Amino acid sequence: MAWANIVLQGALLGGLYALFAAGLSLMFGVMRLVNIAHGDLIVLSAYCALMVVQATGLHPLLSLAVVVPLMFGLGYALQRGLLNFTLGGDILPPLLVTFGLSVIIQNALLEGFSADSRRLQAGALETASLTLGDQIAIGWLPAIVFLAAIAVIALLELLLYRTPLGRAFRATSDDADTAQLYGVEIRHVFALATAVALAVVSVAGVLLAIRTNFDPSIGPARLLYAFEAVIIGGLGSLWGTLAGGVVLGVAQSVGAAIDPGWEILAGHIAFLLVLVVRPRGLFPKLAD
Amino acid sequence: MSLLETSGLTAFYGDFQALYGIDLRIEEGETVAVIGANGAGKSTLLRTVTGLLRAPAERIRFAGAPIGSLAPSRIARLGIALVPEGRRLFPSLSVEENLQLGGQCGRPGPWTLERVYRLFPPLAGRRRRPSTALSGGEQQMVAIGRALMANPRLLLCDEISLGLAPIVIRDIYAALPGIRAEGTTVLIVEQDTNRALAVADRVYCLQEGRVTLEGIPAELSRERIRLAYFGV
Repeated sequence: MAWANIVLQGALLGGLYALFAAGLSLMFGVMRLVNIAHGDLIVLSAYCALMVVQATGLHPLLSLAVVVPLMFGLGYALQRGLLNFTLGGDILPPLLVTFGLSVIIQNALLEGFSADSRRLQAGALETASLTLGDQIAIGWLPAIVFLAAIAVIALLELLLYRTPLGRAFRATSDDADTAQLYGVEIRHVFALATAVALAVVSVAGVLLAIRTNFDPSIGPARLLYAFEAVIIGGLGSLWGTLAGGVVLGVAQSVGAAIDPGWEILAGHIAFLLVLVVRPRGLFPKLAD
Repeated sequence: MSLLETSGLTAFYGDFQALYGIDLRIEEGETVAVIGANGAGKSTLLRTVTGLLRAPAERIRFAGAPIGSLAPSRIARLGIALVPEGRRLFPSLSVEENLQLGGQCGRPGPWTLERVYRLFPPLAGRRRRPSTALSGGEQQMVAIGRALMANPRLLLCDEISLGLAPIVIRDIYAALPGIRAEGTTVLIVEQDTNRALAVADRVYCLQEGRVTLEGIPAELSRERIRLAYFGV
């Protein structure tokens, strides 16, 4: 029964990792752009939420109403004003530029907010839980995070498969040159893809900030978890990414139960095992 | 005023020059064929007209306006649609989504999903299928339908008979009169000379990036065409 609880808590944690990963997956899927600054953008949105909460006294979850549109706009501007110029032929320029962006964001946050650990206070929500039997209790917060991950992925699926914009995303992903021949403005489509990705990032960032402590240096590790969730799930499959996040979360939670020092390592080992057994991930969709 | 006019059009791939001063004009409502052997510059000509390869603005005029330096998406919205060589359907999209993507630029006109399905009945029953699950001929129908959905003033067809069985080619070409009847101007690029000459009002022959012959098919002897096609 104790183990069932550990697995359940890990699975719920996996929802957060899936949220980290969904934006990364979208950007890679639409424009083959690997965003090294992804983790730092998660942390940046956590700090945005912190500022909103401090300035207005809103509940952290309500700060999403400000942070999501803000990051959406930032994503559009970032892609249109910077990242679009790195795309084409060579895979290296976007990697280098987003790596530089990662360093800049980390140092700017350090300068502005110091290296102190911060946290968003969510009041009673932090400790409220639902008891299921004598050994299992589900915290409301982890449950909300997991449900948010499902909702975000369901919305992304709707966007991708049921709207003209999603059609343009997929067509551009298949063959950007040909898509242009039918009036698809790919620089605009790319910018919208990044805008949507950063809107998802901001949800991930705010929920992260309520769930755990954060400081300017934790971005790269979030990027790593996001990568692992995407690869475990299989490139191009959003529900696979959720499964990948759950695998990672469960592995970490089981590892921590065996020995607290094993938490992170267990996640990486699970990732490597999946790579060995199924190199293309659990639910691969992309051909290349 | 011609619908499309190129004057002294040149094109380069890096240091390699592919077109040496092409003068070509297409009047509204005409069907014009461009023939020539492999490497004559036919596809390059289409790449420059659609904007995939940049040219000096004034070298290409569409409905009187210079378009040589515009982005492909702008040119598409002005009313030029290409049926690309090798079809280039979007594999992640269903048949119907491929067609809808063609209509994404939002030009008004006679072509709708219903009209395209009426022109190519085999597609109607396969609208939910992935475009890659279709036969070659059906894929070519999707490619043509996708271009028509943009309601173009000028339809460019690049080697639409390539790799298809003769009977399928006949079906594809049977759709041309219906397209022309809507007033659409058509430019056909073909290696299959007989097929092209049979449907065209006028023909241009390219050889090594130059126009070697221009005329009305009925007035051109086989010998002159052979000479213009292969050179001496």
